[in-house]
Amino acid sequence: MIELIKHPWPWYVAGPLIGLTIPVLLLAGNKSFGISSSLRHICASCVPGKIPFFQYDWRKEAWNLFFVLGIFLGGTMALYLLSVPHSMEVHPELVRELAGYGIAGTEHPVPGALISWSSLFTLRGFIVMVGGGFLVGFGARYAGGCTSGHAIMGLSNRQWPSLMATIFFMAGGFIMANLILPFILKL
Amino acid sequence: MQDQQQYQMQQAPVTDKDPGMRSLDAICINESRLRHKWYHNFKYLAVGMLFGVILVKAEVVSWFRIQEMFRLQSFHMYGIIGSAVITGMLSVWLIKKFNVKTIYGEPVKLSSKTFNKGQIYGGLIFGLGWAMTGACPGPLFAQIGTGGGVVVVTLLSAVAGTWVYGWLRRKLPH
Repeated sequence: MIELIKHPWPWYVAGPLIGLTIPVLLLAGNKSFGISSSLRHICASCVPGKIPFFQYDWRKEAWNLFFVLGIFLGGTMALYLLSVPHSMEVHPELVRELAGYGIAGTEHPVPGALISWSSLFTLRGFIVMVGGGFLVGFGARYAGGCTSGHAIMGLSNRQWPSLMATIFFMAGGFIMANLILPFILKL
Repeated sequence: MQDQQQYQMQQAPVTDKDPGMRSLDAICINESRLRHKWYHNFKYLAVGMLFGVILVKAEVVSWFRIQEMFRLQSFHMYGIIGSAVITGMLSVWLIKKFNVKTIYGEPVKLSSKTFNKGQIYGGLIFGLGWAMTGACPGPLFAQIGTGGGVVVVTLLSAVAGTWVYGWLRRKLPH
């Protein structure tokens, strides 16, 4: 059993489990699944300034901060305790493309040549980590949610604005990965 | 027990002065009218831990899987998101159909979303960032333990992005 857990899980196991998070949170206390709001609660609790958007009782939403702290703990635990060292199987075309940018090796979830402390002080590393992170935070709040809140929770509740958001998440991703990222990775 | 679970009339949180904006402020809304002691939040910590384990074990936290998804080189991520949505849809439908109550006996409440242009502009911006970092906010938290912890920088930058949105919000088209 434990051996089975240590290997990567197929999509048809992980997907339904992720979907089950929705009823679990709803039944545990009427909480709607969503993650990017935690970033807003962090702003509201640490640096609200005089911005009306951050003037609310974030303590009432503290459950969300506990939830993301759990994601951090669970993720770290899974990486160190529940995994066997292995190289991820990645599409050969992607491997070839990345090799052209000096990115090799798939034994970690993030490529060390791109996402690491030493890479942070290179132009492309800075753009990807600091620039990318900024766009994720800004865009998620502008859209009113991220993949969890819109693509999973919103679609599960059949909200068409969430479908719109999901379509544009994907559009942005396709544009970046295919048209812009190659130039960034060449830097 | 009773004093922990006393009902309080929920006051509309005063987050902003323009009406109708609250709904797009936070998608993960706390719909509960109950006030609990803080340690009740530990159950969400536990759910979060399980969620984090799934994200890592299914390689959703992998930068490579996200790149494959946006290059149509793998079905993996589509399978995960698709089956998660189907499971979620079915669960929500069952909860509504059988009027299932929460563990505290409250009726389950779901808020509906209103459309605004933010879902288009913000959605595009988010997508651009997603393909760069290879992580949306959930995996960002789960990824911190990888790559020597440098993902903290990405996360802090996402917090900064959220802050700047709050700051510029009135000037942005919605």
